[in-house]
Amino acid sequence: MIIHAFFFYFFSIVAILSALMVITSRSTVNSVFFLILDFISIGCLFIMVGAEFLGIIILIVYVGAVAVLFLFVVMMLNVTHQKQSWFIGRKSTHIPSGLFVSIIILLELLVVVGGWKYKPNVMSSSTLQVSENISNTHLIGSVMYTDYFLYFQISGIILLLSMIGAIVLTYRKRENIKRQSYINQISREKKTSVEMKDVEFEKGVKIDD
Amino acid sequence: MIDIGLGHYLTLGAVIFSLGVIGIFLNRKNIIVILMSVELLLLAVNINLISFSIFSGDIVGQIFTMLILTVAAAEAAIGLAIIVVFYRNKGSIRVEDIHEMKG
Repeated sequence: MIIHAFFFYFFSIVAILSALMVITSRSTVNSVFFLILDFISIGCLFIMVGAEFLGIIILIVYVGAVAVLFLFVVMMLNVTHQKQSWFIGRKSTHIPSGLFVSIIILLELLVVVGGWKYKPNVMSSSTLQVSENISNTHLIGSVMYTDYFLYFQISGIILLLSMIGAIVLTYRKRENIKRQSYINQISREKKTSVEMKDVEFEKGVKIDD
Repeated sequence: MIDIGLGHYLTLGAVIFSLGVIGIFLNRKNIIVILMSVELLLLAVNINLISFSIFSGDIVGQIFTMLILTVAAAEAAIGLAIIVVFYRNKGSIRVEDIHEMKG
């Protein structure tokens, strides 16, 4: 129990501190690095609490894909020199209102937490019980591919759509490069592409491309 | 204090959610940090879903966590693609320069 508490406090303090560093860091690359640290510590918390599959998925998807995508964009766009000057004498009216809204949200969420703590009898609303003797991954698979199959398919369509959308958005037609045209290749016929020539002696044939 | 329960995880989720909201308001110049703050918000929602799923013995919360993860990855990809296109057209991604729609 004390080991559990120790690891919980360690990972959550690391997560909160790195979230703070994400939003207050001066350069964008440092923000991405602290975002990676945040994802890793939250993934360790998930593994610790008993959701092993989701913890590993968070490590793979967030750290391996999303954070690297952010890092690529930050380095490709050359915005690392763009410092964030959010506290140096700017006449900004957004920061007080933003802090106000954030503190209200925090208080509301803590009210939810307190209500849950002092009224624990609401627990009986579960729809699918977790069995103790099969593993987490097995359980997720047995529910996701049967009862939630439609949601699974819809999430696959969302991923396909976002892939097509990202490719269409960033595709750029460039000049001065040779490209392969399948339509022209297939629709080529013999009588337009092959012709007979009488070659004169010691002159050769002039080939134009 | 030593006995870690549901309230501890929910508090952690609340703190990270609030930090994400503060980040959106704080970094109004840098749109990439705003996208990262949105990722923090989705992560806080995932913490809440998973801790409720574990402590109330219901696997459905983890299924929905996977769906949120899918949507978060799609949103990051589309958002970064839009940023790349905007940078290519304007040469800058400062939030003050994004005023085409007069919004």
